[in-house]
Amino acid sequence: MRNQQATQLIFELSVPGRRAAIYPKCDVPVDSVKELIPSGFLSEKPPALPEVTEPDVVRHYVNLSTLNMSVDTHFYPLGSCTMKYNPKRHERICNFPGLVDIHPYQKEENIQGILGILFEMQEMLAEIAGLPSVSLQPAAGAQGEFTALLTAAAYFRDHGQNRTKVIFPSSAHGTNPASAALAGFDCIQLKQTGNGLVDLEELKSHLNQETAVFMITNPNTLGMFEKDIATISKMLHDVGGLVYIDGANMNAIMGQTRPGDFGGDMMHYNVHKTFTGPHGAGGPGAGPIAVRDFLADYLPGPVITKTEDDDGNDYYQLTNPVKSIGRVRSFFGNVGILLRGYLYLRTLGAKGVKEASEQAVLNANYIKALLKDILPVPNGDLCMHEFVASAADVQKKNGISAMDIAKRLLDFGFHAPTVYFPLDVPEALMIEPTETESRETLDAFAESIKQILSEDSEYLHDAPYSTPVSRPDEVKAARKPVLKWTEPGK
Amino acid sequence: MSSSDLKFAKSHEWAKLDGDVVTIGISKFAVNLLTDLVYIELPAVGDSVSSGVSIGEIESVKAVSDIYSSVTGEIVEINDSLEEDLGALTEDPYGKGWIVKIKIADPSELDQLMDQKAYDELCQSEAH
Repeated sequence: MRNQQATQLIFELSVPGRRAAIYPKCDVPVDSVKELIPSGFLSEKPPALPEVTEPDVVRHYVNLSTLNMSVDTHFYPLGSCTMKYNPKRHERICNFPGLVDIHPYQKEENIQGILGILFEMQEMLAEIAGLPSVSLQPAAGAQGEFTALLTAAAYFRDHGQNRTKVIFPSSAHGTNPASAALAGFDCIQLKQTGNGLVDLEELKSHLNQETAVFMITNPNTLGMFEKDIATISKMLHDVGGLVYIDGANMNAIMGQTRPGDFGGDMMHYNVHKTFTGPHGAGGPGAGPIAVRDFLADYLPGPVITKTEDDDGNDYYQLTNPVKSIGRVRSFFGNVGILLRGYLYLRTLGAKGVKEASEQAVLNANYIKALLKDILPVPNGDLCMHEFVASAADVQKKNGISAMDIAKRLLDFGFHAPTVYFPLDVPEALMIEPTETESRETLDAFAESIKQILSEDSEYLHDAPYSTPVSRPDEVKAARKPVLKWTEPGK
Repeated sequence: MSSSDLKFAKSHEWAKLDGDVVTIGISKFAVNLLTDLVYIELPAVGDSVSSGVSIGEIESVKAVSDIYSSVTGEIVEINDSLEEDLGALTEDPYGKGWIVKIKIADPSELDQLMDQKAYDELCQSEAH
């Protein structure tokens, strides 16, 4: 029988009476729990905690951790997620006592260090965006979108304009319409186009005095730069609307061009993606937004501003924008992630940031070139930092789906790419290598895909073979999820 | 029910007229594209709907898609057994897998829709 210490639940390893530590008898008087807590608040029996030895606990969790696929263990080309390597130096510095042993309720003058760092972060994000005013508060990209849309709504309201429509292309991240709907706007989705880019004529047909915001990701989710972005921005501005740049794909353009320069009025960053941060499984994230000067008064507060103290030294203070929409998160956002992003930007510097995006684009084009004959990319000859290949042909010819390829890649020691997104591409495999991978890794990945495509489709339908769970029943998992352990017989 | 009595919309719903009531479902091609179905969200009986407007959503392990009405009228019946079990959609999309019945005012709306042959050609081109 196979050792199941990692795959069994810790509850299933439990044997009554087992302990990790046995304490000596207490040699001072003890008050009974019953005397300390009124009986109405006492549970009738102790909670069913697992009873295990110390080696059981250690082996269970250490073995469990080895089943993880992470950037620290595997190449992780999960498209749209920018899973770049997170330097360990950041972790060490983030644990400095001066950064860890402080609290946001301390007096402003006692936390000048972190306020100074966050102020500089605001400045760097403004510079990379080409948009002067920044709020660090949003805790993730989607919250950044939502915050920016609330900011835009406050601006329109303040100017007596009733603008209700938010427009986005069919390749948009699902969060765009979700944020717009949550912020109270009506959503208009543009039709899918043959070349994967926004159709200016169609966009024009939707633009009028009701247009509030056009949300666009650039480069878009197909990994293509929306080359008409300046024209698009002008079209929006001509009807009094605003342009929102979803910054999910900033890794392709940081240091090369700036959203503010091609007409964007608002944008969010995904600091945890573009500027490193150990993300996955939902967080933690940081989604600061940058906006044009005329929107600054409406940003969430507080923001950090720099003045001088009586002796002429820099002094950082918290101020609330005059017409602020209020807080969207406590304090200054996810400071731990903002700090890692700050360290990344300070380590690379302006030149390094530019080189990183060049390398990210080069790596994506390299894999694309290696795979183009077996997994065609429907849109464009060149891509930005990622590309969307289609397994539609191999599915038709050999019965091998995008999901089969993704699952089998796990056996080869690679994290799967994003599959079935964007919806515009049938049997989509969205591959984003990032700049932190070597040519050898990229070669090995492409080689593995080639090998997978030569395998028998029936064999692939049951992959992966090397993981404790192979193919979960996804329908049952969604409809009847088992989210907690129940004591047998209960 | 043979699918030859059916009319089809570009957005992959089928429609069948019976008196002044139109039954709407989604095509086999669409069901296959969606793969494993997880949830369906249906409108309420009595809702007014118009042609081209979303009347519900269907979620698969791949994506969430809108279900569009091909006609204008009032919902008179919904197939709420689908909320419990979506199997009928996969096994019998043109029969037991029907989604809603809509009482319509203007039967000529169905003339805008495609017949089986034109729809098959559309599917062929979408599957390229």
